[in-house]
Amino acid sequence: MITLGEKILSFWYFLGGLTSLALQSFYWVFIPPLKKDRIFEQAKKAGLDSLPIVSLLALFIGIIMALQTAVQMQRLGSEMYIASIVALSLVRELGPVITALVVAGRVGAAIAAEIGSMQVTEQIDALETLATNPIKYLVVPRLLALSLTLPILALYADIIGILGGYFVCVYKIGISSSMYLHITFDSLLFKDLFTGLLKTVFFGMIIAFVSCYEGFNVEGGAEGVGRATMRAVVGAFILIITADCFFTAVFYFIFP
Amino acid sequence: MIDIIKLNKSFNGHRVLDNLSLKVETGSTCVIIGRSGCGKSVLLKHIVGILKPDSGHVFVDGKEVNKLKDNELDALRMRMGMVFQGGALFDSLTVAENVGFGLIEHNHLSRKELLERVEESLCLVGLCGIGNLMPSELSGGMKKRVSLARAICIKPDIIFYDEPTTGVDPITADSINELIRSLHDKLKVTSIVVTHDMKSAYKVADRIAMLYQGKIITEGAPSEIQNTDHPVVHQFINGLAKGPITETLEQFK
Repeated sequence: MITLGEKILSFWYFLGGLTSLALQSFYWVFIPPLKKDRIFEQAKKAGLDSLPIVSLLALFIGIIMALQTAVQMQRLGSEMYIASIVALSLVRELGPVITALVVAGRVGAAIAAEIGSMQVTEQIDALETLATNPIKYLVVPRLLALSLTLPILALYADIIGILGGYFVCVYKIGISSSMYLHITFDSLLFKDLFTGLLKTVFFGMIIAFVSCYEGFNVEGGAEGVGRATMRAVVGAFILIITADCFFTAVFYFIFP
Repeated sequence: MIDIIKLNKSFNGHRVLDNLSLKVETGSTCVIIGRSGCGKSVLLKHIVGILKPDSGHVFVDGKEVNKLKDNELDALRMRMGMVFQGGALFDSLTVAENVGFGLIEHNHLSRKELLERVEESLCLVGLCGIGNLMPSELSGGMKKRVSLARAICIKPDIIFYDEPTTGVDPITADSINELIRSLHDKLKVTSIVVTHDMKSAYKVADRIAMLYQGKIITEGAPSEIQNTDHPVVHQFINGLAKGPITETLEQFK
């Protein structure tokens, strides 16, 4: 039986291990050579290959947002504001967070499983005996790829989501196309976009660190790899939402 | 020369290496025998510096492995090759990329030289022309030989073999033994072979050491080991179910 004390202790171990991995990774980012093709390969896996699922989710979230607010706004007779509500909530929150969660589930799980299998089959040890630092070789390209592609993906999700809201408002509720776009761009400020995208850089780092950490710490064969994959996704979800809450609070005070 | 002095290592309170000392002369082949899970692989991982000892020292040519700086350790590792038990090939890379990995990462050879070195190493283990295959397309025995090719591709002075003949057919096993022998004879490579295959041990060893309960309990030339009167060693090399090793296990139960 696992006691509460053991759980708390293992949580601190997790945070400690994660911090240590993060510090080592930041160190290795600045040690040349930086292999560009390895970063591109990871960026393709994390970014380009995530486009279909991100498109689907963002489009539907945009449509859902527009429909849900439409009910309330029609009651007040102020359908005009649907556009600004959809744009603001997507750009500030939903776009970045949904993108991060999708990537954590899709790419984070894959990274944890890949590194975990490498650990189990002694490939990590083999890297070391070939005088190659596993953090430099495995973590750094994934870290850079994720924290560079996530803002781009989030921006893309913002656009697709707003497009979803546009379809609902223009073809169903009867707001004119130019009016919808005008209100959207009028309500969006630069800081909305900036804070939204800045968060995703950190979300990308969280996904990279948590999934690599869980992968490196796999114990006991196939079952261990499965457990690590699950822990990577759950851990990334928790940390992303916590970080989001933190950033929102900070931005609330910095950019009122 | 590899000099291991009073090495201690515990995992989760279980003592795996207990004041272990061992010397391996340059250019000789030392076979370490012992039961599965007795810490043979752990010992190898200390020599290449993947694991850090709780206490004790490992010296390779006079340099203490776990006190080296990162770049010095890398330089030392480029002189050492390791053949892993399951091959440990990188499964996202082709066989050729695996074999050439150390050279691609650290030496700036031209593409032509690189391909030549890779093909030469593959031919040496009897696997000419399979460079474009992926590791998943190979059989277990082939993976082991590719792992051996990867180890010798960097032209090391020291090679570690982690159970090189376990899980391969007898003919392949013998060809691996021949290869270990010829690397020793021709290139004067220092080798440490960890195994529990006695046939292989007798064939390749200059010295045999037995690891038991975290210690080297005996060390000697193959003929001395064969004629030993040490009861534990006697039981192990003859593969007997009854004897002092299994009696201590009984006591634990």
